[in-house]
Amino acid sequence: MSPPAIRLAGVRRTFPATGGDRLVALDGLDLEVAANEVVAIIGPNGSGKSTLLRIIGGLLAPDAGTVEVEGRPVDGPDRAVGFAFQEPRLLPWRDVLANVAYPLELADVARNEREARAHEVLRMVGLDGFAGSRPHRLSGGMRQRAAIARALALGPSVLLLDEPFSALDALTRERLDIELLDLWQQTATTVVLVTHSITEAVFLADRTVVLSARPGRAIATVPSPLGRPRGLEDLGSPDLAAAAAAVRAALGDPQEAGS
Amino acid sequence: MSGRRGRVVGTILPVAVGAIIFVGAWQLVVVIGGYPPYILPDPLTVGSRFASAWADGTLAGHALVTLQEIVLGFVVGAIAGLLVGYVIARSRLVDLVVSPYLVAAQSTPVLALAPLLILWFGPGLLSKVVICGLIVFFPVAISTLVGLRTVDAGLLELGRSLRASRRQVLLTIEIPSALPSVMGGIRVGVTLAVVGAIVGEWAGADKGLGLLILLAQGSLFDTPLLFAALLTVALIGVGLYGITVLVERRVIGDRG
Repeated sequence: MSPPAIRLAGVRRTFPATGGDRLVALDGLDLEVAANEVVAIIGPNGSGKSTLLRIIGGLLAPDAGTVEVEGRPVDGPDRAVGFAFQEPRLLPWRDVLANVAYPLELADVARNEREARAHEVLRMVGLDGFAGSRPHRLSGGMRQRAAIARALALGPSVLLLDEPFSALDALTRERLDIELLDLWQQTATTVVLVTHSITEAVFLADRTVVLSARPGRAIATVPSPLGRPRGLEDLGSPDLAAAAAAVRAALGDPQEAGS
Repeated sequence: MSGRRGRVVGTILPVAVGAIIFVGAWQLVVVIGGYPPYILPDPLTVGSRFASAWADGTLAGHALVTLQEIVLGFVVGAIAGLLVGYVIARSRLVDLVVSPYLVAAQSTPVLALAPLLILWFGPGLLSKVVICGLIVFFPVAISTLVGLRTVDAGLLELGRSLRASRRQVLLTIEIPSALPSVMGGIRVGVTLAVVGAIVGEWAGADKGLGLLILLAQGSLFDTPLLFAALLTVALIGVGLYGITVLVERRVIGDRG
């Protein structure tokens, strides 16, 4: 068996809180993600989901524990890891092409090469017709697609998605979920997805990891009953509903977990 | 509306109508008030004096000197403002040490210092460049500081996630983010530079529109010339402001 793409063991992370105390966001968290696996992280607000993603992405250092991506200890952001944030975070003064080419520009890739690559990933997300548009001319869904294209520009082996569709309306979100499945079929990257949506988690992921309320630790893992490739028809399947119910049960409070 | 016709109707027409209303109101005040030309000359008198003073070279010489003072002072002050604003935004220590002096200096009206600056730097170009430079410095420094301090933290985190170097972050995120704020400071600075040059010339000068205004009022007793000089000052101010707006559109572009 190949080594895990991502391995976290005993990860603890605290933040300064009022009165000199420290808020424990994550404690004793263990997680392994296999290569090409899609894992969804779900949990109540404040369970440290985004913190967890930032630790994997090298944007935050853990206070204790070990973090490895592809066998290497993480000591900062890695260009083999693509990160898509909750907001698109596009540079408003650049057109879509230059935004998607931005990671390549920072990596000193030659202009011809980076533009060709940017067009390539824009085609993958169906946005090549908008290469010359400024971000503010695009809809919210298109902006988030551009952000995902940017995260794919360097051809990462690991893709970290921090609630990428949470600001979108339900219909757009469903469509982007399906596009994300297609994208994964094409790129076969390892994906860690933080989400608030139980349905989205079960629909997209091979495995849904449920975090406890603060301090966050993995309290349950629900494997997805769906095979690959998946499509729209799986969204209404009884298997998905059963797995969603299992996730909901693990979360404990259905009101808290939301959609 | 589109194309050339749209531009004429949309931009030039309102400006022309505004000018006509202004000149008409001026004429009306002169007629109704019955003011003599040495108090308030009518638009036509000022217009013809403006034309003759440009034709015989009276205004051109003075205007060129004042324009030179404004432009040089503006460039010096803006560059210093950009640099100091950047350093303060970057370093908390520099902020703590320098900021009190900066605010104190700004609270002291530079114009009140004009006589002293003339004493130090002479009645020529240098003293006016110093006055204009000091006046432009503050708004540009503050707007640069604010622009750099308010860069979206999300974009900075994006840069970090992509392993951008310190220099790459500055060039691709911080400077473009700060530009709208910096250009706001430059707009304010450019109009203040005009004021600085004129008042500086009042405090002591060999040549310039400020001096011409004093001469026209005092020794020449030529009120129409005074108005013609004021008109020239105003045109310089509007022209320079217009240039900064054009530059601003060019560098900021379509951001939504």
